[in-house]
Amino acid sequence: MTISEETQARADRATTARAHPVLTVDDFSVEYRGERVVQAVRNVSLELGRGEILGLAGESGCGKSTLAYGINRLLKPPAMITSGGAHFHSREGYSIDLGELHGEDLRAFRWDKISMVFQGAMNSLNPVINIRAQLEDIFTTHRPEMSKKERREKCAELLERVGVDRSRLLSYPHELSGGMRQRVMIAMAMALDPQIMIMDEPTTALDVVVQREILREITRLRAELGFAVIFITHDLPLLLEISDRIAIMREGEIVELRDAVDLYTDPQHPYTKKLLASFPSLTGARGSFVRGHAQDRNEEVS
Amino acid sequence: MTTTTQDPALAAGAATAVSRRVTLPPMTPKLAAGLLLGGAITLFGLLGPLFVGNPSTVNNIGLSGPGNGFILGTTQTGQDVFAQLAYATRGSLTIGLIVGVLTLFLSAFFGIVGAYAGGWLDESFSLFSNVMLVIPGLPLIIIISSYVPDKSILLVALVLAITGWAGSARVLRGFTLSLRNRDYVAAARVSGEKPWRVLGVEILPNLIPLLASQAVFAVIFAILGEAGLSFLGLGASGSFTWGTMLYYAQNGLALRLGAWWWFVPPGLLIALFGAALSLINFSIDEIINPKLRNQTRATRKKWNLSKSQLKQVVKEDEL
Amino acid sequence: MRFLLQKVAFYVVALWAALTLNFFLPRWMPGNPVDMMLSKLAQKGPVSPEARSAIELLLGTNSSAPIWEQYFDYLGKVFAGDFGVSVAYFPASVGDVIGRTLPWTIGLIGIATVISFVLGIVLGQLAGWKRGSWLDNFIPVTTMFQSVPYFWLALILLFFFGSMWRLFPLNGGYDVYTTSPGLDWDFIGSVLYYGALPALTIVISSVGGWMLGMRNMMVSTLSEDYILTAEAKGLKPRRIMTTYAARNAVLPSVAGFAISLGFVVAGSIVTEVVFSYPGIGSALLQAVSSNDYSLMQGIFLVITLSVLGANLLVDLLYTLIDPRTRARA
Repeated sequence: MTISEETQARADRATTARAHPVLTVDDFSVEYRGERVVQAVRNVSLELGRGEILGLAGESGCGKSTLAYGINRLLKPPAMITSGGAHFHSREGYSIDLGELHGEDLRAFRWDKISMVFQGAMNSLNPVINIRAQLEDIFTTHRPEMSKKERREKCAELLERVGVDRSRLLSYPHELSGGMRQRVMIAMAMALDPQIMIMDEPTTALDVVVQREILREITRLRAELGFAVIFITHDLPLLLEISDRIAIMREGEIVELRDAVDLYTDPQHPYTKKLLASFPSLTGARGSFVRGHAQDRNEEVS
Repeated sequence: MTTTTQDPALAAGAATAVSRRVTLPPMTPKLAAGLLLGGAITLFGLLGPLFVGNPSTVNNIGLSGPGNGFILGTTQTGQDVFAQLAYATRGSLTIGLIVGVLTLFLSAFFGIVGAYAGGWLDESFSLFSNVMLVIPGLPLIIIISSYVPDKSILLVALVLAITGWAGSARVLRGFTLSLRNRDYVAAARVSGEKPWRVLGVEILPNLIPLLASQAVFAVIFAILGEAGLSFLGLGASGSFTWGTMLYYAQNGLALRLGAWWWFVPPGLLIALFGAALSLINFSIDEIINPKLRNQTRATRKKWNLSKSQLKQVVKEDEL
Repeated sequence: MRFLLQKVAFYVVALWAALTLNFFLPRWMPGNPVDMMLSKLAQKGPVSPEARSAIELLLGTNSSAPIWEQYFDYLGKVFAGDFGVSVAYFPASVGDVIGRTLPWTIGLIGIATVISFVLGIVLGQLAGWKRGSWLDNFIPVTTMFQSVPYFWLALILLFFFGSMWRLFPLNGGYDVYTTSPGLDWDFIGSVLYYGALPALTIVISSVGGWMLGMRNMMVSTLSEDYILTAEAKGLKPRRIMTTYAARNAVLPSVAGFAISLGFVVAGSIVTEVVFSYPGIGSALLQAVSSNDYSLMQGIFLVITLSVLGANLLVDLLYTLIDPRTRARA
């Protein structure tokens, strides 16, 4: 496939995915009602296509993590959802209003349909129990009908799928490198074959080599299993490489939401332009074809 | 890539400004209760002896309950229990103060200086503290006390301080070690500040809440320790403290004779004063560990949530 | 493994320090403990040359042997378990007295501490989990109990449960009139009955400290990232509270066990006195009042050894529950 064909395939995928969204967010607002009331997310609406990678970018404090936590009902008081809602549309055909889930229903829903990969896997794993225990308790909680043997086998499989040798099952988190820990987090997130994975800065704490490997794993797994991804980061160039669409957030609002290629080549909003310009210009030697190709296209056009 | 070289003095200055922000504990009901209670007892100890009669005068009245002009009755030799209580408060608080100060200095020296200096000094100070910590305190105090039959309040305080500083030293050392590795300290060292200045200006202000909390612990420990010692008959001879009162009460068979006015007040004051100090320590704890602050009832009241919303929050916390 | 050896080495050093302290202390004190003891002993009967030399070795001597020679002779005697003859319990040897009284104390403190620890940790766990609830305001009450002196609490308990409402016995370790030591139910039952009040004193006084520490650590731990991950995973709240939060929050309490044990030992000595419990604390006080210095030395060393042993056990336990320590060395 040529480069332009690849880009077109991407755009086509995005359009078909959007026709059957797996998640719709309507007019979503979150406030931190502490001593001062702070509007963290303002009237955000978006749709996530089935199997799509949606990048959510913005500077620190723009509300992207709050939005993700809000959708997943992980916000802690004094943060409150003040308007709007989110609906999950399962591939089996039914829809669930995420705001209406409470208590035991919410608990059972979690991880099964929507899972999360958190930032800084430094501290996201329980330091006193081993990796296998942390993978297993997902199954003991959500799939109690599995036998011990099946569970153990599934855990080993999961690890190998993310590229970690199964001998590491009995290790403790502090015995693993940062990259390995993040892979374990991804393995955990995939355990119940979710339809959406929300990734909050999953590669921020890692060096570039490991970063690249992790990104490759994510795209590969997505192709294999077909889950949608909301990828949250402040690193815009990274999103440009792997996302189908990108949403730019600023002070709680989405200022631009378009296909990745279009966003890079033809940014509309002044803030997006500023963001793009603030990254050091690439020589094109490293990085994906999108950037290099877009450079060429610009020169052709002008 | 151009790097702007910062003026080192500016950098140190900025770092100092950040580290100097010493916060006072916010006034909560717990803190208010602690201060009130502690203050009242301290006042009693300071001013009480000026208003009561002579605690040592013997009367013919013998063991008697409250009444007949004696607010708290008399001991078995007819001495005024209330007067004794006032003097005892003064005595115990004095010991508490002396031991508190001594322990603070000892633990600060062995804990902070060692941890900051690092290397073999840190190793040896730490080893020394740990050994002193693990050797049982009261038996040692008992033995030392038994060799010296007539003790002054100062000697008792000294012995208590020598056996009690090790725990604080260990806590202070741990905290200093973590502070030492923080950025603003590194900035100060790199910019050439003398070690003593770094210690005094960058590190010490951040240690103040912890030092305060340890000092309060030391006072509680001193008062309890002295009480225990005196009760065993090994306390300061010839002085009145809560502990010696209990010793005489025990010897005078106050318990068997049901003379509650004699043995209940001293112990009660120890407990109340200890509780007051603990409450104060609570509030200091909330400064040291901001995570504790955010979850108290008092903070929750300040949120802008309606009553029903708050109820929802509490419900979601249920197991 | 290396970590283990380091720990053991530390405790050996601590033991050596205690022994050395014990050796020099009577020699530094004003007055002459040797003479005092010898004269006391002489009141009970003629003093044998072995007794005399034992006392001189333990306490300091008028002899002209160089101090280092005395020190090594002293160490030799200590390791042979020979502390000489007791004045307070004449003619029993110090070893005998310790052998008779130590088991009572270890039993009492051991059981009371375990109960106190477990209770404190469990309550602290619940109090910390339900952050900001009414349990939060209950904590200051328990800390008040923490500042109550052991012996005063003992007196109060004795007064109410021993004198006023005659539910529990006033003193002793077991009913000397109806049972005798042996492994039968009568004796054990009697021991438990007599030990109830002293144990209750120790538990009430120390549970507050454990509870507070655990509660604070729980609140701290609950803001960690791995708790958020556990919640997002949809784990049951009970599992999050125990395996994720409490399992991590309990670590400092175990690590700080040494400091707490010191308080418990101190408290139990005094408690024994109040209840006339036949433990080593009572024996120590007896020794003090009779100027029985060799018994005091012996008891001090035995208490030190026990405390060091307990601390070593807890340290080893800690390496088991915190996997990060095995890597640290």
